[in-house]
Formats: sequence, C-alpha cells, structure tokens
Amino acid sequence: VTSPRGAFISLFVNFLVELTALATTCRFRAAIMMASSYNAKDEDGHITVSGPGGGTLRSKKPENTAFKQQRLPAWQPILTAGTVLPAFFIIGLLFIPIGIGLFVTSNNIKEFEVDYTGIDMSSPCFNCSQNFSWNSTRPCTCTIPFYLDQPYESNVYVYYGLSNFYQNHRRYVKSRDDSQLNGDVNSLMSPSKECEPYAFHENKPIAPCGAIANSMFNDTLELFYNDPNGTRIPIPLNTTGIAWWTDKHVKFGNPGGNPNLTAAFQGTTKPLNWRRPVYELDADPGNNGFINEDFIVWMRTAALPTFRKLYRIINKKSSMVPTLPRGNYTLEVVYNYPVRSFEGRKRVILSTISWMGGKNPFLGIAYITVGSVCFFLGVVLLIVHHKCGNRNNSADISN
Amino acid sequence: MTWRSPLALVRDALRGQRAREKDLRNLASNLPYEGLEKAKQPNCYFPGNAIKTTKYTLLLFIPMNLFEQFHRLANIYFVGLAILNFVPVVSAFQPGVALIPICVILSLTALKDALEDFRRYQSDRKLNNTPCFIYSRKEQQFIKRHWKDVRVGDFVKVVCNEIVPADLLLLHTSDPNGVCHIETSNLDGETNLKQRKMMSGVCISDPEFEPESFNSAVVCEKPNNNLNHFKCYVEKPNKEKVGAGIESLLLRGCTVRNTDHAVGFVVYAGHETKAMLNNKGPRYKRSKLERKLNTDVIFCVILLFTMCLIGALGHFLWLQALPGVPPYLVPDGNGHLDSPSLSGFYMFFTMIILLQILIPISLYVSIELVRIGQIFFITNDIDLHDEGTDSRVQCKALNITEDLGQIEYIFSDKTGTLTENKMVFRRCSIMGTEYAHKENAIRLAVLDVPVSEEEVILNQQPRPPRIGWSLDTEDSNPEDKWHHHDNRRKSKVTGNAQSDAAFSSLLEAEVIPDRKLLQQISRAESSSSSRNIDPYLDFFLGLAICNTVVVSMATARRQRVSGFSRSDQTSSPLDTLSSLVKKSGSLQHIFPSWQHKPKKNRTISEDSVEEEDHVKPPVKIEGSGDTNKLRTCSLHTPSQSAMTPDNLSYEAESPDEAALVYAAKAYGFTLLARTPECVTVRLPSGEDLVFEVLDTLTFDYNRKRMSVLVRHPITKEYVLYTKGADHAIMELLGTPYTEYLSGKQKNIAANTQHHLDCYAKEGLRTLCFTKKVVSDKAYESWSVNRQRALAAIDNREELVMDTAVQLETDLSLLGATGIEDRLQESVPETIMALREAGIQVWVLTGDKTETAVNIGYACRLLEEEDLVINMSCGNKFACTSMLDCTLEEVRRYSEDPRNVDTTQNISLVIDGRTLTMALSSDLQKRFVDLAKRCRTVLCCRVTPLQKSRVVTVVREQLNVMTLAVGDGANDVSMIQAANVGIGISGQEGMQAVMASDFAISRFKHLKKLLLVHGHWCYTRLANMLIYFFYKNVAYVNLLFWHQFLCGFSGSAMIDYWLMIFFNLFFTSVPPIMFGIMDKDVSAEMLLGVPELYRTGQGAGEYTFTTFWISMLDAFYQSLVCFFIPYLAYRDSDIDVFTFGTPLNTISFFTILLHLSIEIKAWTVVHWVIMLGSVALYFIVTLAYSAICVTCNPPSNPYWILQRQMADPMFYLLCIITTVVALLPRYMFHVLRNSIAPSPLVKARHLDRLDPSTRDQCMKEWRSFRGIAHVRPFRLSTPPSPTLETPVDIHPHSSATSDIMWDERHH
Repeated sequence: VTSPRGAFISLFVNFLVELTALATTCRFRAAIMMASSYNAKDEDGHITVSGPGGGTLRSKKPENTAFKQQRLPAWQPILTAGTVLPAFFIIGLLFIPIGIGLFVTSNNIKEFEVDYTGIDMSSPCFNCSQNFSWNSTRPCTCTIPFYLDQPYESNVYVYYGLSNFYQNHRRYVKSRDDSQLNGDVNSLMSPSKECEPYAFHENKPIAPCGAIANSMFNDTLELFYNDPNGTRIPIPLNTTGIAWWTDKHVKFGNPGGNPNLTAAFQGTTKPLNWRRPVYELDADPGNNGFINEDFIVWMRTAALPTFRKLYRIINKKSSMVPTLPRGNYTLEVVYNYPVRSFEGRKRVILSTISWMGGKNPFLGIAYITVGSVCFFLGVVLLIVHHKCGNRNNSADISN
Repeated sequence: MTWRSPLALVRDALRGQRAREKDLRNLASNLPYEGLEKAKQPNCYFPGNAIKTTKYTLLLFIPMNLFEQFHRLANIYFVGLAILNFVPVVSAFQPGVALIPICVILSLTALKDALEDFRRYQSDRKLNNTPCFIYSRKEQQFIKRHWKDVRVGDFVKVVCNEIVPADLLLLHTSDPNGVCHIETSNLDGETNLKQRKMMSGVCISDPEFEPESFNSAVVCEKPNNNLNHFKCYVEKPNKEKVGAGIESLLLRGCTVRNTDHAVGFVVYAGHETKAMLNNKGPRYKRSKLERKLNTDVIFCVILLFTMCLIGALGHFLWLQALPGVPPYLVPDGNGHLDSPSLSGFYMFFTMIILLQILIPISLYVSIELVRIGQIFFITNDIDLHDEGTDSRVQCKALNITEDLGQIEYIFSDKTGTLTENKMVFRRCSIMGTEYAHKENAIRLAVLDVPVSEEEVILNQQPRPPRIGWSLDTEDSNPEDKWHHHDNRRKSKVTGNAQSDAAFSSLLEAEVIPDRKLLQQISRAESSSSSRNIDPYLDFFLGLAICNTVVVSMATARRQRVSGFSRSDQTSSPLDTLSSLVKKSGSLQHIFPSWQHKPKKNRTISEDSVEEEDHVKPPVKIEGSGDTNKLRTCSLHTPSQSAMTPDNLSYEAESPDEAALVYAAKAYGFTLLARTPECVTVRLPSGEDLVFEVLDTLTFDYNRKRMSVLVRHPITKEYVLYTKGADHAIMELLGTPYTEYLSGKQKNIAANTQHHLDCYAKEGLRTLCFTKKVVSDKAYESWSVNRQRALAAIDNREELVMDTAVQLETDLSLLGATGIEDRLQESVPETIMALREAGIQVWVLTGDKTETAVNIGYACRLLEEEDLVINMSCGNKFACTSMLDCTLEEVRRYSEDPRNVDTTQNISLVIDGRTLTMALSSDLQKRFVDLAKRCRTVLCCRVTPLQKSRVVTVVREQLNVMTLAVGDGANDVSMIQAANVGIGISGQEGMQAVMASDFAISRFKHLKKLLLVHGHWCYTRLANMLIYFFYKNVAYVNLLFWHQFLCGFSGSAMIDYWLMIFFNLFFTSVPPIMFGIMDKDVSAEMLLGVPELYRTGQGAGEYTFTTFWISMLDAFYQSLVCFFIPYLAYRDSDIDVFTFGTPLNTISFFTILLHLSIEIKAWTVVHWVIMLGSVALYFIVTLAYSAICVTCNPPSNPYWILQRQMADPMFYLLCIITTVVALLPRYMFHVLRNSIAPSPLVKARHLDRLDPSTRDQCMKEWRSFRGIAHVRPFRLSTPPSPTLETPVDIHPHSSATSDIMWDERHH
C-alpha cells in the first residue's frame, strides 16, 4: 500500500459493503440454496462465457490486497522494560513540576470557613437552631464574630456550605420542571409530574415547582468589618454574577414577555416552604423571578452531600486596598434554614480563587505522588531491563 | 367459488392431513380431471409446486419478528428491565429513554431480518415464475406454464439444460435407450452426469408420447429428504406392479443434460420435493468460547445482583440512620414516604435498572459482527484459494470460527483427504502373475517431480524408453514427449490452471502398458481357440465392463473457462496458447479440435467455443443462441459412427473406476459406450463386442464389491464380473479358473493374495476381479427373485442386497489391480506442523492396515523410529488382555527414566474389528487411556459409523476439542460428530462439504486455517470478550461508587443519553475492530513456529483467571476513575452533572487506552477508528450539550462540557486519572513481557526482525524444541518388506527425497 491514508476511505467503504454482502449471503446461502443456486450457477464454475468477445469470467480468487490479506503495514509495539522506560521517566519528569505548581497555587488561595449551625451550646446560633420551623414568621438572627489573620487581596467569594444534604438523591434531582423554569407558560400553569408532590398547592400550580425549589436555602448572610475604632462597616456583597451566564440567560427565564412579574406569575402559588413568592425574591427586576441568581445557584444540584454554593462576591475595589483587610469581622445570619432533620451543618466560606478554582491541595499532591511513583517504576524497569533485557534478544529466543 | 359448509372444509382438511401423513401415497394422473374444481382433483391434498421460503408475511412481520427475537433470553432480560423502568417507584431514568437501547438492538435485528426475508421473497417469486411445460388435455400438447402451476399428477416436459421443476417420475425421454442424463450440482455439488432410466410400458410412447394413455396409479412413499433413495411402484389397471427407484426420479433442481427432452409424472411438488426437504438452514453450533462466555455472563448476573443487594441494603441503612425527614427526601404523589425497608426493596430493582449495562447488551451483536468480519478475512485468504478448482474456503457454520484455534485432536479420513483421490493405475496381477508396469511407474515419477528441480531430474533420470505400444494412436517422437513433460510442469507452475475438474486427468488417462503383458495379450488374441475363455482377455473385459462409468465425447467436456482467463493473466496469451498447442499435439483426446487450426492466434476461450460450434453440428434448441447451452448440449452419448477411441472420456462416480477403464483402454480394451441395456467394448483386434447388461449389482459398504451381469455376445453365456476389496472377494472364491492352466496347478489365489499384500504395503489400493459363469437356469430363478425384490416397498434395500449376495458366490479369481492414490501436496509438512502445534492427528480409514500404515509413513504420521503397536485381535477376551498388556507396557515405557530424552514415540494401529471391541463400554476407558499416550492412532477398516463413534468417544472421554476432516459421504457422520467438521471438496461429491462447518479444497489448507486463522480468530475473540466484560464493569461501577455518596438512591451523575451513546457509539466500534483485525503475531511466524498454536488449546487466553483479573482491573480502574475526581472536587460547588462529565470523559479515555494497550498491531484502520471514536465523543457530546437547553430532564447537559473544556482542571484531572488507572495494567504487561515472556511475545520480537534473520531464528526455535527433525521423505520404509522389484521404485523416490531435503535446507 503506497499511501494508506489516501486509500483508506475507499478501502473502508469497500470493506463495509463486502461485510454486509457477506453477512447476508453467508447466512442465507444454505437457506435459499435452491433458489439462488439456479442463477448463481455462473459463479459456481463451469460454463459461462460472457459475451462473444470476452472469455473473462469472474474468478473466485480473492483479491491480493494488503487489506484483504491482512497485511496492512502496522506498528507493532511490544511493551517491554526497554521500550517503555522513557515513557515512565517522561511522565515522572512532567508530573512532578505540574504537581508542585498545583500545590503552590492551591496553597496561595486564602480560605476562611466558619460553621454557624449552632449545635454547641456556646454557639451564637444555638438558640436559633433549637426552635426552627420552615414557616416560622419571626426571623431569628444570630451574630458570629470572626477574625481574619491575613488580608484577602483579590475578589473574595462568599459561599454557604451544607453538609449531609443529599442534593444528589435520585428523586430529589428529578423533582423540577425545566421548561417551567425556562419560562414556558403552559408548564407554569401545569407543572410536570416530576414535581409531585410539590406541583400543586390548593389547586394552584406551584411556581417554581418541585422539591429542589421547595427546599431552597433561605438564610440571609451579612458581613461587617469591625473597624479597629469600633464601628461596623457593612461590606457590600454582590448578588449578581454568581450563576452561570448560560443558566441565567438561556436556561432560566421568566414566563411570558411580561415585565410585570406579579402579573406573569398570576394564578400560581409559592412553594410551601418559601416565605415570599418567586417574583419577590429581589427588588431588581433583572434578578427576580426565575432568573434570580440565588435561585439559579440552588437549582444546580450539588454532586456530593457536602457541598458549598456561591452566595455573594466581594469585588475588589482598588488595587491599593485589600478586599478584606486583616481584622475582626462579624457575620450576621438570619437563621431560617433547618438542618437538624438530617444532621446537617451550615457554614460560611470566604475564599479567593485561582485559575484552578477553590483551595484543594489534592490534585497537586496527586501529581507529585504519581510523578514520583512513575519515576521510581522507571528505575525499577531500568534494573529489570538490565537483568532480563539481554535475554530478550532474538539470538537467544529459545530460552 | 361455490359456498361450502365449514364442516365440509374441516372434513376436507382432516382428510388432506391424513392423506399427507400416510406412509404410502396413491397418485393418479390429473388429466382426466382437467378443468374440474380443486376439491374434485384426485391429488388435491398434496401441495402445489409454488414455494414459500419466507419466514414472515407483510402484515404479521412485526409481531412474528418480535416473537422470534424474544426467543433470545438476553432480549427478554433487557425488555423486562425497560418495562421495570415504567414502574414509578423503581424507575431510575425516564421510562422512555430506557427503551432506547433495546429498541435500537431489536429494530436493527428486525431490519436485517426484513432485508433477508425480502431477498428470499424475491428469489421465491423468481423461482415460482420460471416457465415450464405442462401437458394440457384441452390443447393436446405441452403448454408453457409456470413452476408454481405444477401440481402432483401433472405431466411435465423438461428440455435440455432446463431445471427440473418438481420431483418427476421419468416416463419418457428423447433418448432411444430410455435414459436421461442429469446434473445434480445444484443439489449435492457433484458435477458428473448421472443417468436416469425411464419407466417403460406405462404409457404409449410410440411414435409420440401420449400422457393421456397413462391410466395407472403411482404408489410412492411419504416424502423424505434422502436424495439417494426413493421407493415407488406403478400399479397398472391390470394390477401388475412395476417397481421404480431413485434411478427413475428426476429431482427438483437438477439440470437435464445431454437429453433433448424428457417427460415425467410429478410425484412430489413444492416443499415436498427432496430438494426442498434437504434444504435446512445454516448450521448452528455453539463454540467452546461461547459456552464459557455464557457462564461468565452468569457470573456477571451474580455480580450485578450482589451490587444491587448492596445498594438496597445501603439504602435501607441510610434511611434508618436519618434522624428526621430531610427536605431532600421526596415523598410520593400523596405526600407519603415509604418505610426504609420498602424503599430498600424498591431500590434493589432501581439498582438493577441502573447497573443493567453490566450485562452487556451489545455483546451478542458485537460477537456476530466480529465473526462476520473474521469469516470475511478467512474466505478472502488467497492462500486458502485453490487454483485448480477455483474454490475458496467456505465457512458454513458462522459461529465457531474461534474453535479453529483450540483444536487438540484431528481425525482425518485418508482417501481424498490425505491423498489426491486421483487414482493412477500402477500394477496388476493376473492369474497369479505380477506385471510391474515399470515404464508407467517411471512416467509417474517424472510427473511427480517438482518443477524447480527440473535440471536435476533431467540429469538423473534416463529418458523413458520408447516402447512400441501400437495401441496408442498418437505416437509422438521422444522430443515431443519431453516437451510434453515440460509443459505439464509448467502448467503445474501456473497453479494447475489447466487441471480438469473431472477424474480423467492426464495422470489417469495415460497408462503405459507393460511389455510382458502386452505380449501375453497378443498371444491370447492370436490363439483364437482359447480366445473367449482366456483369463487375460476376461480380466480386461472385467476392467472395462464392471463399472458404472459414463462415456462421453472428449469435445463435450465441460471446460472451465476461468482457468484460461487466469492463465492469460499470469503469462502472455501467446505463451499459453503455444504451450497449449504443444500440449494438444500429444493430448489430442483433450483438445481434439485443436488439430484443425492449431495456430489460430486468438483468445483461447473464444477459440474453444467456436471450434466446438464448428466441429459439432449444433444441437437444436428453441429460442436460444446462447453459447453455454450449445456447448453443454453437445455433450451426448456418442453415436457408433463418430466414435474413435481417442476422443472418449470417462466420467465415473469414483475415480478408481475411471482409472481402471483407462488402464483397460491402454491395452486396447476400449469401453465405447454404456447404456443401461448394453456395453460396447472394442477389443484390441478392432472388433466391437456388444454385451447385453442384465443387471448391475451396485457397490455398497457392506458388501464392498460390485458386479455386472452381462450376456456374452459370442458364447451367449451369462457372465458375472465382480470386483471388490480383496477380503470381500477372497472368501467368495469357488472353483478356480479350472479350464485354464490346470496342468500348472498354480495356486492362483495364494499368489494373488501375496501380490495384494505387497501392493498394500506399497500404499496401493487393491481390487480383485473375478468372473463367474451363471447357468441359464440359475439366472432364470435368480432373476425372478431380483424382480420381486426391486418391486418391494418395504425393506427393499435389504432384499436387493440379499439377491446380490445370492448371486455373488463361487467366483473364480481373474486377478487384482493396484491403484495408486497419490498423497496430496504438502501433506507431510502439514501433518508435521499440526503435530508441532500440539494437535494429535488420527487417521480413520476404510483401507487395509498395510495400505494405511504405508500412507502413515509416507505422510510422516508414523516415523521410522516410532514404536508402532499393532492391535488386531479376534475376540473380546484377547482384546481385553491385549489392551491391558499394551497399556502396562506403554506406562512402563513412558515412566522409564531412560526414555525421557529419546524422541521415540508410540503409535497405535488398530483395525475395525478390534476397534469395535475396544470402544465397547467396558474397554472404552482403557482404550482412550492408551490412545492418549500415543502420538498417532491409525484406525483401519473402519465403517462410517465407527468413525463417528471414535470421534465421539475421544471428544467425550478426554473432553477435548476435536476436528474431523473428510471428503466423502462416509465421513459425514464423523464430521458431524466432531466439534469442528471440515469437508474437503475433492473428488467424491459434496456430501462431506454439505455436512461440514468449513469446506476447504486441499488438506494443506488445514495448516493455515488452523495455525493462522484459528489462532487469530481465537485470540481476537477471546481478547475482545474479556475486554467487553471489562469495559462494561469499568463503566457501570462509576455509577455504583456514586451510590455510596448519594445515599444509595440510585441516581446517576452521567446524562442518560450520553450513557447510551457511550455504549452504542463511542466505545462500540473499537472492540469490534479489535476482534476483527488485531494481529498478535504475523501469519509467517504462526506458520513457521506451529508451537504458537498451543496457546489456544485447553483454556487458552480466555480463562477463569483472565476473566477475573480483568474484572478486578475493571474494579480498580472504576475506583480510580471515580475517586480521583471525587477527591479533587470534594467540598466544592460542583453540581451533579458537571461532576459526571469529567467522569464520563476519563472513563472514555481509560477504556480506549486500555484497548490500545491490548492492541498488538496498529494499522491505519486502527488509528482511524480510535481517533474517530475520540472525535465522535467530543463532537457528539459538545453538540448535544449545545443544543439541549431544556431537554432530557433532570440532567440537562446544557453547556456543561463547554464550560468544563474551558477549565484547565478538567484536563489535569483527565490526564492524571487515566495514567493512574492504566498504570497497573501497563506495568503488568511490561513486567510479564520482560521477565517471563510468553512464546507469543518472543514470536512478536522475531516478527520485527528482517526476514532472513527471522527465518534463521525460527529454524533455531524449532530445532530447539526437538520436533522438527528434517528427514528425507521416503515412500517405502524399512518396516514394510518391499516387493520383488523395489529397485524400480526406489531410485526416483530417493531422488525426489534428496531434492526435497535440499530444498528445505536452502
């Protein structure tokens, strides 16, 4: 085969055609022997002369092509110590620097986490955690002081974290209506069956329907910087930019083209556990209704039972001042979300991020470990190669 | 259409059923009833001739096809799962989506079935509408109708070259002798013409055949599928019964040849014809691998259930541990939550749905595709194509290709399998005198020599002495003779392109007579007094008469034009032409027409066609100027006037018959014509004798002889000529040829027996010829018995055979012949290679022990230094003790430490009678135990039934894979009994091929078929299966590990569509390609080092351990693929399906790269498919993620992969996970290959060397094993005492062997 790549297409098509032909003929040669052999006579052999001039007849001799004779040029790697040695050293040499880089990057990320579940008696939120209910009208507030021992230079991401919350439960994940969330009016009024039993309440369709929406995280978090001189300066938290752009602009949409959300959601009712209807989630019409970003973030169900979700972003104001300077802070929580039914924990996380996301040293360690293991194996193989490699020489094949 | 009561309809149906089921059928002519409605017809209960082979009808296709498909257990399983998915409490996915895979599989299969059925429908329609001639009373002539209009009881006329539309009882033919020639190649592949006799005296046929005069009833048996038996009699109005058998039946599907037209009475039509009853579907066998595969599928099921149980239990415990009702626990529609135990119970089923891919749905489809691909490559192998017959290897069983790679025992037939089955007359003994035919032997030796050694031969061999043999009409000068040999060799080089399909090859056709015998004959000729009773004349008359050879004109021989066209390609047309012209100079009887214009310079095929037109007056055929028809029509029984001995050729059912007739012809006793009534023989004096044939007692395996009873035209005596196997004849001898040589008192029988033994030792096939003069009275009484037997319906065979035995007594011995059946080319090498491959080769033959042993030595089945144990004993007691002694001896021998190093081997030769006893249930174990220790077992004188018994016993007792190879009808049972049956499409018809799983044309093809294709097919499929299981487990376990993190709730983190695509598209093609195209070792290495075949024997690569190792690997890899991303994404804001996407991708790469570790040879196809799969994965997933905004809830993959691919973490994760997942397997391969390389790996190392070094290494390897001692090949061996004329044979054979030896060492 002179140019395998060029000839390949025709070759492959040819192969497929022959395969199908073979598949059918082989199988039914016997079954329709009587039928076909009358006309297949010509192929069988003796007495066909095609036309007056030509004495040619299709011989049954197979074509002597590299493909049909299974002689296509081939690369035949044999995995032996000698041949794979370089691969191991290369992997080792590549992985260790990558790992170190990842580890350093991860270590540079600053992260602060505070648990405000209120399990301990000493915890400021203990009281709130004791008398909770989804529908309690009187909000319970608790204040958690904390101290940041280093300044956060870049944008700071505020997360709330839940543990032991199985958002990935099969029936929980399903309990939503994507077309309703997309703004489909029909689905708004008649939510999908998947939403049950959170589809209708008192014969009114629930908007947004389903268990996910119903169990939406509804604590409110506020952050204050305790100035050394005693004043509490509220830190501005950005409510937008926390959801995926595609989610906010493509996947989620408010029903109808009606800018008046109250009218648009006319005839629906709020989820059972919600305090306010969906069209009152935010004052900003660009962040209200189904396209409320807190809501969108919640609707992206977490993969693992312990998860965090982006709550707010603290944008860096100027390059001179750190976003969060070192010092004392106060976190004010409006404690609404009950977690005791599943022994859950609630956390607030302040974190800067890098190109590789949040703080996680695992990948860096993994790269360094695997790189070292490969390097070590490379050395082992080098020894193996020196001990056994000579035996593999073709000269002494019979051993 | 008149209205009929339903009762009447039911009654009719019942009556029809009864009529069809009866053992005997009464048929009458339809003609008196013509035009009446159907119910009044006498034969209305029997089906018409229209056939319907389609399985389905248009309306019922879907239900019927589904019903058909649900016979497969796997399909039911998957449909059950899909249905389970519709139960809301357990559904894991959207119910509709779960149906997709099974629907795809079902509809693909249905589509395939529909296409196939449509093809059948088309061919049925075409066949049903084929025109034919049916007699109509109204028109008073045969009118043109269609096949489908033919009914039982009709009279059908078939003209030359037409296909018989239904089974016809032959009533009239255009041939004055009342015969009709048919070709049955459509039925059994046999290309020789067969004669059918018409039933006379049933109709008025003079001067015109009048069907209306037929007023008898035809009574025939119930339709059956035996092509060679038919029982029927015609009862005339006067109650006289005339019997008829298969010799008067024209079978549907046969082609009428050589006869202008024939008229028959339709006995069976449509589906009741023998041809249709014989028409079974393709063979279905289960391969060993598949049986093992099924147990592994069961293991998978167990694994699946265990995992589901873990899931169910886990869910139960998880729910139990919950302190309250968390918001993520979704109650059912009524707001009710199931109890933990009930939820756990439901979870079990959800898990089954979720993890169902563990049982690979596409496995069976993939295996089928792989096998089709493998068969494609096997049938396309150019090395397995036989130029001589232009036939490829045929795979008839579609699902046992991999069994070819696991064979441990081969059972081979001898005649036609190891040997050519092209018989050559070698020597004869007449009245106790040996005629050695030295010249003939020399001629054969010259022919035998391989072409490359031509020079050597020319130097070593003296030119064959010219002897004056006046009988041969063409007598070219010695120069020509040499040319002619050269040409023959050349034609051999061009791949036997010119070899003829029929038996009368050059080899047999030419016999150089023995000088002494010629003199003897001429002496007998001249002394007219003893002329008619001379034993020499009788001997040759017997040779010429006692057979069933059909005489045809040489011009009419059906040539294979393809042979010419191919030689056109190989050499220039002119060369071929000239060589043919030279050839024709000496071989006029092959191409007589060439004499006229030998220098014509045109393409050959055109020539030959034209010449025939020109030489023969074209036979009249209506409406067709087709050259094909012309040519075949000219094949007719030669008329007396146009006959010359030269252009006769003989077509025989068995090749030795033809060889004997040619031998007789060489001595001037030319068989000129044979009809059922008479035989014409030309004597050396030129006188033509016409013998009236009174009866032919055909050959059967029980009698092992045949006889022809003729009336001598001069003496008017009834003479019975009998020929047969010596032991079948010797015990029937009565009075010796008393009139002759009474004075000498020679014990002819003893002498002949001595000669026979010598012949047998030389490897010749022996036949005895006898004569018996039957007195008029004896004949009369016997003839009455015979007629009665022939007309019998019950036990007809036995009765007919009894009459034959009655007559064949008291025979007087004339002499014996020795016919050589030459070994096929490369048989010894093939057997050596197979043995090195660890395969035991047994030969089962019907021949004499001596012949078999000799052939055994010749084909290196037996070696000179072997210990040959010959077992032959008369009674069971002797047999038992013999078996015990031998076994003890053999045990002691093999345990003796002194024998460890010696290469001496034990071989067992056993004859049929002893074998019967040895295979009896109490001795069976001991026999098998003995046979196991022997390198070779030769069973002689075995019947077909014993052959299959031996195969069955070995297969079952030793639990090994067996292969049986044979070419004749007597091998059919053996072929069917073995795990793999191979038919050799040789000289003895096609029964073996029809019964076989694979059909090859030469024995030597077995080597490549087993060593290369068998090995490849096995390793490919085995590796693919292991990979397939691995793939599914590795993928499904990702979901399983996820359960530990989602409360065992049965949720999936991968989009279900992508999951389906993953198995259906992304990772389905690479393993199939792997199964079709992977090549672990090159064909050259596999052929060069047959030892490599041993890897497949026994368990091979697909064993319990390999299966579980790959399972463990799958578990490990899925763990890595799940938990590395898990640790990387732990406590982050990742969502379910974003988490699933890298998992899916990582798993995809791991699975593909795992395959690339397993792939041994990367061709361009591999690259394209592997890279294509990767491209397909990304393109499809990206497109799907871009389009799907609200589709497929809950996963909703919108823009997930795009986001991931913009994230460097994704790539870093993919790389490290894949590396970690594959590291152990990679290391395992590397270490195994480096520290303890398997022979296959060593072979692969050798493969990479350049060819010359490689050959050197291969030789070293083989010699190291101590198996391949290259020793000269010799025909006669020391253990067998040679004849009194050994010198005649030895010089050339040793010359041959020297050359072969040299050749091997070059």
